[in-house]
Amino acid sequence: MNSTITSTQIIQASLRKRYAKERRFRFFGLLSILISFAFLIVLLFTIISKGLPAFQQTYIKLDVTIDETILGVTKDSEHNALYSASYNKVIKQTLTTMFPDASGRKQKRALKNLVSSSAAYDLRDAVVADPSLLGTTQSFWFLAKDDVDVFMKGKIDRSLPETERRIKDYQLSWIDALLAEDRLEKRFNTVLFTAGDSREPEQAGMKGAIMGSLYTMIITLLISFPIAVASAAYLEEFAPQNNRWVDIIEININNLAAVPSIVFGLLGLAVYINFFGVPRSTPLLGGLVLALMTLPTIIIASRAAIKAVPPSIKEAAVGLGASPVQTLFHHTLPLAMPGILTGTIIGMAQALGETAPLLMIGMVAFVAEVPQGFLDPATVMPVQVYLWSDSPERAFTERTSAAIMILLAFLVVMNLLAIMLRKKFERRW
Amino acid sequence: MTTAVGTLPGTTAATLESADPKPIIEPRSEFDIDISGTVGKPFVDNPKMQSRNCNVFYDDKQAIFDVDLDIGKNEIIALIGPSGCGKSTYLRVFNRMNDTIPICRVTGEHTLDGQDIYAKDQDPVLLRARVGMVFQKPNPFPKSIYDNVAYGARLHGLASNRSELDDLVEASLIKAGLFSEVKDDLQKPGTGLSGGQQQRLCIARAIAVDPEVILMDEPTSALDPIATAVIEELMDDLKTNYTIAIVTHSMQQAARVSQRTAYFHLGKLVEVNDTNQVFTNPEHKLTENYITGRFG
Repeated sequence: MNSTITSTQIIQASLRKRYAKERRFRFFGLLSILISFAFLIVLLFTIISKGLPAFQQTYIKLDVTIDETILGVTKDSEHNALYSASYNKVIKQTLTTMFPDASGRKQKRALKNLVSSSAAYDLRDAVVADPSLLGTTQSFWFLAKDDVDVFMKGKIDRSLPETERRIKDYQLSWIDALLAEDRLEKRFNTVLFTAGDSREPEQAGMKGAIMGSLYTMIITLLISFPIAVASAAYLEEFAPQNNRWVDIIEININNLAAVPSIVFGLLGLAVYINFFGVPRSTPLLGGLVLALMTLPTIIIASRAAIKAVPPSIKEAAVGLGASPVQTLFHHTLPLAMPGILTGTIIGMAQALGETAPLLMIGMVAFVAEVPQGFLDPATVMPVQVYLWSDSPERAFTERTSAAIMILLAFLVVMNLLAIMLRKKFERRW
Repeated sequence: MTTAVGTLPGTTAATLESADPKPIIEPRSEFDIDISGTVGKPFVDNPKMQSRNCNVFYDDKQAIFDVDLDIGKNEIIALIGPSGCGKSTYLRVFNRMNDTIPICRVTGEHTLDGQDIYAKDQDPVLLRARVGMVFQKPNPFPKSIYDNVAYGARLHGLASNRSELDDLVEASLIKAGLFSEVKDDLQKPGTGLSGGQQQRLCIARAIAVDPEVILMDEPTSALDPIATAVIEELMDDLKTNYTIAIVTHSMQQAARVSQRTAYFHLGKLVEVNDTNQVFTNPEHKLTENYITGRFG
């Protein structure tokens, strides 16, 4: 009896300690989650606050008199003549007419640089499409030059002395005049999604990188998924156990997952480009290299998923006379599919954000064209982020953040897809 | 107090005795009893399956020692014995389920209708179609009830069209005594059924392949008494068409369902006799000890 009381007391005394320990543990757990959450918020806030303005772009309305004498063409001119006429001069003429106070080469050049160089092309396309515009005066909305755009977004401080400002007083007066006439407007930046890369920030878009990433990911998926699942299934279900070679292969697969990604880039350079002659800078090549990098991730996840399939199900199938391959395809793989898909998406998300190995195989080049296939030169989204972040123009700062936002959006979409696929396969109990 | 010296492998009696001055467990006299051979009637006149000199090894460890046994046509034979005595391992010899365990090795002669089932040209897939199996834990596939039953038939191409398959599924479910309970829910998941229903679904799945022998490895150990009774009744119906070998932990079950009973002890077949005799007048001392509940 006496001893019972003592042990109860001992337990009671220790309980307080135990609960204190538990509370401490919970507190630290919560704290670490809050800290990481705070970092995430800070990260997202900086990216979004910097990147959001990039989704708007300033346009300038000009009333262009399409002067046949300046262009040197008539309504009846050949298509080629219409195409190669100097529309630049017309734009210049329009601006000079609007602001006759511009004097000297410097100011004249600054005047012309109110609008982007794409204005001449826009005008050309309009005239080529409809030659009857010749000789008339039309209103056009042209892309504003990046400096005007940056000013319109409030990034240039008017109160600074002129020498420290990118926009001089005379430019300010023109912008004010345009504003007074409602000739400046911020619109949604469709260029960002419809154009390839450009040296001019206002003409630069992500489409080339998005398509490049898409083509690259298709190749990566097509190559890594079947190979990885087949390897995982073989290693788990068919490979002899306690075999030295199998052990060596397993260890090396695990090691591959830890190899720095740039090494895969070197491997791709040596094997794919130098040995097999795959054209450089192409999504095909990028996909092949990233597939190498993704393989171990998918293999490891797939093996874990296959291992987790209850052996009773396999036994049931074998007991009914299913062959090992039938058991694999009818039962093991479908049941392991959610895990395999999760591993695949994690691997693909890694590949989507990978830059280092692509630097080695020439995908860091400046590519203005939007790639049309697997063999066109291309860049991918993270490389585009890197290229823009490296550009000196002020307007590229916000575009870099916008590019990151688009990249993150892609990742979110991919993860949603993964969750949907998981749900779909798990619904089969 | 008897001292257990030179006993069979796995003995802990000696350590138990020395550790505890007042043993709660009676000294395990059964370890002194000789089990050099099988007593009773291991052979029958009209055998379906035969096993001679059966030895099973896991790596270097031997699990079954020189077992000779016949399984008669359309009989239910019960394999009983304490845990770890090798009865499940022995059961799996008959449809070569042990093949799936890489370290497992089987020697001896085993026949089905006089044909060597371990012959080089014997296809294990065909063998398992002829010798079906029901497992300890109900293991329906995570598919619909219909697909569970149809799986084996589809696998072996037993039905040429949809209506034949429908009929086969229905017939199998009727034979397994499950049809009336699930006839409106054939497309519902098999895993959603109760434990007893799941086990009958597994029996229906095994029957659908139209096997000649059904091996049952403790089919009711995970079920409640009512579900167990249903399955025992079912086995009685099934024996008119099938030969059944059942491993069970429940001696009452062995007594209720089987015609012959084989008692295994530490990998050896101790006694085989008509069930009545085993439970009323066992020949071997070990069998008697086991069925009277002295150990096990």
